Amino acid sequence: MKAFATLFNRIDQTTRTTVKVAALAEYFATAPEQDRLWTIALFSGRRPKRAVTTTRLREWAAERAGLPLWLVEEAYPVVGDLAETIALILPPPTRTSDHPLTHWITVLKEIAARPEPERKPLVLAAWEQLTPTERFLFNKLMTGGFRIGVSQKLMTRALAEATGKEASELAHRLMGNWTPDTVSFHDLILGDDLGGDLSRPYPFYLAHAIEGAPDALGSPQEWSAEWKWDGIRGQLIVRNRQHFVWSRGEELMTDRFPELARAVDLLPDGTVLDGEIMAWDEDGPMPFNALQKRIGRKNLPKSLLRQAPVVFAAYDALEWDGVDRRDQPYSTRRAQLERLLAAATTQHALRLPPLIAFDDWPDLARIRTTARDNRAEGLMLKRLDSPYLAGRRKGDWWKWKLDPLTVDAVMIYAQSGHGRRANLFTDFTFAVRDGDDLVPFTKAYSGLTDVEFREITAWVRRNTLQRFGPVRQVTPEHVFEIAFEGIHASPRHKSGIALRFPRMSRWRRDKPVSEANTLDDLKALLALYG
Amino acid sequence: MTRDPVLTFTDRGIYCPAGDFFIDPWRPVKRALLTHGHADHAHPGHASYLATRSAAPVLRHRLGKIRLQTVAYEQTQRIGDATVSFHPAGHVPGSAQIRVEVDGECWVASGDYKTIEDGLSEPFSPVPCHVFITESTFGLPVFRWPAQDAVARELLDWWRNSVDRGVTPVLGAYSLGKAQRVLSLLTEDIGPILTHGAIEATTQVLRDQGLRLPPTAQVTPDTKTKDHLGAIVLAPPGALGGAWMRRFGPVSTGFASGWMQMRGVRRRRAADRGFVISDHADWDGLNQAIAATGAEKIYVTHGYTDIFARWLREGGLDADVVPTEYEGETLQDSEES
Ligand SMILES: [Zn+2]
Ligand SMILES: [Zn+2]
Repeated sequence: MKAFATLFNRIDQTTRTTVKVAALAEYFATAPEQDRLWTIALFSGRRPKRAVTTTRLREWAAERAGLPLWLVEEAYPVVGDLAETIALILPPPTRTSDHPLTHWITVLKEIAARPEPERKPLVLAAWEQLTPTERFLFNKLMTGGFRIGVSQKLMTRALAEATGKEASELAHRLMGNWTPDTVSFHDLILGDDLGGDLSRPYPFYLAHAIEGAPDALGSPQEWSAEWKWDGIRGQLIVRNRQHFVWSRGEELMTDRFPELARAVDLLPDGTVLDGEIMAWDEDGPMPFNALQKRIGRKNLPKSLLRQAPVVFAAYDALEWDGVDRRDQPYSTRRAQLERLLAAATTQHALRLPPLIAFDDWPDLARIRTTARDNRAEGLMLKRLDSPYLAGRRKGDWWKWKLDPLTVDAVMIYAQSGHGRRANLFTDFTFAVRDGDDLVPFTKAYSGLTDVEFREITAWVRRNTLQRFGPVRQVTPEHVFEIAFEGIHASPRHKSGIALRFPRMSRWRRDKPVSEANTLDDLKALLALYG
Repeated sequence: MTRDPVLTFTDRGIYCPAGDFFIDPWRPVKRALLTHGHADHAHPGHASYLATRSAAPVLRHRLGKIRLQTVAYEQTQRIGDATVSFHPAGHVPGSAQIRVEVDGECWVASGDYKTIEDGLSEPFSPVPCHVFITESTFGLPVFRWPAQDAVARELLDWWRNSVDRGVTPVLGAYSLGKAQRVLSLLTEDIGPILTHGAIEATTQVLRDQGLRLPPTAQVTPDTKTKDHLGAIVLAPPGALGGAWMRRFGPVSTGFASGWMQMRGVRRRRAADRGFVISDHADWDGLNQAIAATGAEKIYVTHGYTDIFARWLREGGLDADVVPTEYEGETLQDSEES
């Protein structure tokens, strides 16, 4: 674990991409092959099965550290990371060891295989022989979510440097269903045959946001436009009479959306489509809220399938006849997509939303203002002669979203943040006016600068009216502009309203509380856009 | 008849009715007793000041012409009906806990303190009392300071590494206390030490009162890095990332603070390296210090007050939180405290 801990420290101690890539490349060139494979797995979101619940981990760590459990639970939100909290509170190790990363993963698998009462001594024994950094990493492996400042893109770059392979090819190799138990480093990274995994998707091409207007993109004739939907980006794969649905987060979601099983009848083998998974009823696209009810549900009652039917709105074809077509121009791919879906009708879960015809940029700008009426969040622009690239690359795909909706709201509660903002008040609850009352309707965490957060933190300390555990009720004095992407009715909220992606877009120092928006204003927005 | 408590918490600071004075007040008062010279404790505008002899030069340097009376550690004096003495807090050179006794009842206001010896500040000495007002800046069990020689080695490694890569290491440290602390950790093997003007001035004040610190050279508009190959630069955190840094070309930035213990805070600073060096007591330090006072009543201020007070109560002490509105400004990790 020493080499892996050193790698982690080198990555963690710098903000420079080049230094991170160099550290990773060096690790990939020197670490044992199985450790390399696991490192790739971890940095691409694959991890060993959870061996112990976080509840148990907290209990054992508190006991080992001689602290009451509540104190560990209070410290956790301040640190913002359970693995780190535990690593910090445990007494120093009593012995040292230097087993490779793979050894500790084997230990974790062993722990997972044992009945619950036998797990504790194994975890304690591991803590006894790991340094604080190694403990943190070990705990991370146990609790999951191995995000430590290494994106998959960055790792792919380092791997390219270490192996001499193209980064785009590596990105494709790393997609899909593999785990370190099912593939060797050699087969995954260096082997000739890429076809082993039927479900393997392609790396997604991600669009950049347009700043201002698209005039700088050149001639409108070189571009195609379509609505930008608010769903889940996905890939639909049909190979060997099977279908697979991947989300952009590289999650295999085939079983969540039984509606898409029809793809096997509608598409030939060797087809991969890029598109948006959306809830869509006879009136058209539904708000993201509807789709959200479907995600995270393992069993799908008939009523829910009826309430929020899912479709795949296709907008690109990446593979047909079993051949990777990503280097073909977009216009060719789109034409093929239209041929493939010619048979699909509006009755089917496979949709082909039409392109939007426009004469010039001002014309398109006018069309964009009608996006909300079309239940879209803006426009997508794609260069007609562009290949399908991997990752977020500037130039060929642009999203041109509508400006967010906004309301001016009054801050009424404050709570300190966690992790990197542990010592600042960053989590706020906002209210709108309703007669003489203030009705809370949303929380927001982001959007202010560090300087503004510091200023509001000092203010909160001086203007606390009451404390409820970590939450402080503050004098209703400051008005903030809250920006959000969508609004819908929610019986769970006191205001009856829930927002999508709320954030503080401006501190309205110019506005007194009496000029903040009202509950009626919110209801009007709900009627318009809900 | 109930009598006044020895010390009370007011919206101007800690107040002693029997002696009619304030401790570390943040609004102008007639008579202010100061624990130390940090900005959140030493405010300008009071009619008269009282502080330790070794805190005086920095106070004069920072507050200019003030009516300042000084006192030696442990020396008692009568103010009104109160008996007052200053005791080493180990926080920064000259820092003190203030002991106030009225009619045989004794309270101690800790100010900021740390229990480990830094070789510069007068070492913390526990003062037996009935009531102890403690800070709790790092009052969570996740704060345990690493051995200082290990941190000194990390500093040296970072310097060597930076120099090898052809970049200048620039370390952010507050000008009073932290900067001198870092200086004392830098061994003789290190190259020239360059300082920002604010640090140089405070360091010189402390040198003049007898503190032994390695030689430093102030960065001026004429400073050229090529004249100081292998140098390390010390600057106040505010200067990090600013225009002042440009003269050094490519740099590696570091930051010295107890907050660097937390990975999240370390990353927010966006410095390349964080070094866990604090002038406040860590979890163990706070607990040891409180136990050593023998106090039965504890007031907790500045920091994780609610959590720390609950912990103390479970340990059998009568602990309360000083109401926030009577806490004064709490400074953030980017400002000195
Ligand atoms: Zn302070
Ligand atoms: Zn201080």
